[in-house]
Amino acid sequence: MKRSKPERQTRRALHQLQRLMARAVMRPLTRRDRMQVKWIDGRPTEIVVNQFIKPNDRLTSFERLEIYNRQYWFRLRDCFYDDYPGLRAVLGDKPFERLADEYLTKNPSQSYTLRNLGSRLVKFLVANPKLTAPNSELAWDLARLEWAHIEAFDNAAERPLKVGDLSGLDAAKLRLRLQPHLTLLKLEHDVADFLIGIKKQAGLRNEASNAMEQRRHRAGVRTARGLKRRVNFLAVHRYQDGVYYKPLEPGQFILLSALQKGATLEAACARLVRLKLAGDLGATVRQWFANWAALGWFYGLKPSK
Amino acid sequence: MPANPFNHFTDYGIGIGLRVPHYDHILAEKPTVDWFEIISENFMCEGGRPLQILDQILEQYRVVQHGVSMYFGSPEKPDREHLRKLKRLVRRTRTPWLSDHLCWGSVDGRYTHDLLPMPYTFAAARVTAQKIRAVRDFLEVPVCVENVSSYAEFHVSEMTEWEFLNEVVERADCGILLDVNNIYVSSRNHNFNPFDYVNGVPAERVAQIHIAGHSKFRKYILDTHDHPVIDPVWKLYERAIQRVGRTATLLEWDDRIPSFDEVHGEALKANRFLQRLENETLKA
Ligand SMILES: [Fe+2]
Repeated sequence: MKRSKPERQTRRALHQLQRLMARAVMRPLTRRDRMQVKWIDGRPTEIVVNQFIKPNDRLTSFERLEIYNRQYWFRLRDCFYDDYPGLRAVLGDKPFERLADEYLTKNPSQSYTLRNLGSRLVKFLVANPKLTAPNSELAWDLARLEWAHIEAFDNAAERPLKVGDLSGLDAAKLRLRLQPHLTLLKLEHDVADFLIGIKKQAGLRNEASNAMEQRRHRAGVRTARGLKRRVNFLAVHRYQDGVYYKPLEPGQFILLSALQKGATLEAACARLVRLKLAGDLGATVRQWFANWAALGWFYGLKPSK
Repeated sequence: MPANPFNHFTDYGIGIGLRVPHYDHILAEKPTVDWFEIISENFMCEGGRPLQILDQILEQYRVVQHGVSMYFGSPEKPDREHLRKLKRLVRRTRTPWLSDHLCWGSVDGRYTHDLLPMPYTFAAARVTAQKIRAVRDFLEVPVCVENVSSYAEFHVSEMTEWEFLNEVVERADCGILLDVNNIYVSSRNHNFNPFDYVNGVPAERVAQIHIAGHSKFRKYILDTHDHPVIDPVWKLYERAIQRVGRTATLLEWDDRIPSFDEVHGEALKANRFLQRLENETLKA
């Protein structure tokens, strides 16, 4: 009997093969960091893997694919460790790892760069408070600050406006744009100094790259017990290529947030009146603007609606 | 034979990867280095320290871009935003050629951030070559594909890895970044003779060579880039340059990175072989 030739792979079949393999590579590991022995549909994983991966004289098909499955998780966890040293310090290593696995299982990377791995973390934490209990609110604060740090590190900086650029413009129509690297945060805990300490401890070895390199070191765990509950406001921004956490007064936060949301200068200032600040409000606001413009926070005028 | 169209006929010597722990040393001491290879993705950002460092490096050194996420072997179209950012970087660095891997790593918009092996089939070669052409046409710079190290093989494969590499580069008319460490690692993991591989690639297309160290486990070898280059890999390197001539050579050291001098010193060992090659050529 004539043996039929093995079927040639088509483009479509290539895509299907990659889908299948990616599914296996990205599946969560077992508690002992091994590949799961049961496939998604309950069959032994071995049977599924045997269909597309060849064994060799030392390793079964399962064992060969497991190398990729483990590498995938080790790489992503490493990246997460380095991006969230503060969150890790608050939660402790084991719960942090559990959290990382859960988050990354539900939110696989959708970007060509690992830099964006944590882009959906805050939302995930708020939706899954059990994973961070009993320190959920503290965990949210840290996740927000650590993401803001990543954004401040390498987001765009547009050509800033100078104070003089604003003079003579009509405040009722003026809408300012804030730099893409600037994040305004309202926090429930004093996490800024805590995170700065943690980062110092980690040696800031990673400071020059959010993306690929050197993801293996782990910062020492610091106790989070000393972290006080205190509402505070921060501007996380970049200045001369360094990332800074600048404390803001409540009025400053209100004003900047309004501007960031697109309010006119006049409308943003009107919100301050309700705060009944002491002294000459006009002079105070002018001083604030001079400082912020010196830091290069404004970069352009939004066209009036 | 100093160079070929796939590296823009440049005559680059021995380079090393530009890595974060060495930034301060390089900027302060300005050591003599033929060229630096950068990981494109680390500099495809909008601003901040990475680009500021890169600009300082570019003032003094030649830089070649090496990517890790183009995934030529994926049948999906490259992401437009990714390509635009990459092109902006190409203009900034004026890289004479650009390399990425002969692999895949994402599917349906989800990224593994790994360099996953290809099934060595004609369909896969066609898909890959098509994508390489598209990327090159968009970026307007010569493109080289690098062989990856792998730990698995597919039943569906129709040829050897080097035959597949040949099929792809001929169809795409592109260059090769020949990683002799990856050849060694894969040869041990898949039981083939690494010299068959080195002897089997089209010499005229090899625009760059990678050398690196790896980690040996009981049943397989993992490509970790965290050790000096071992002798069998140097032997492959020697054979490669015998075939392709003096070619831009780069040492990869990405993990547990020692001092700049140690990394650079390891890279410069390649000079021994280049010198020997030159002497032999002169004698001949
Ligand atoms: Fe390589």
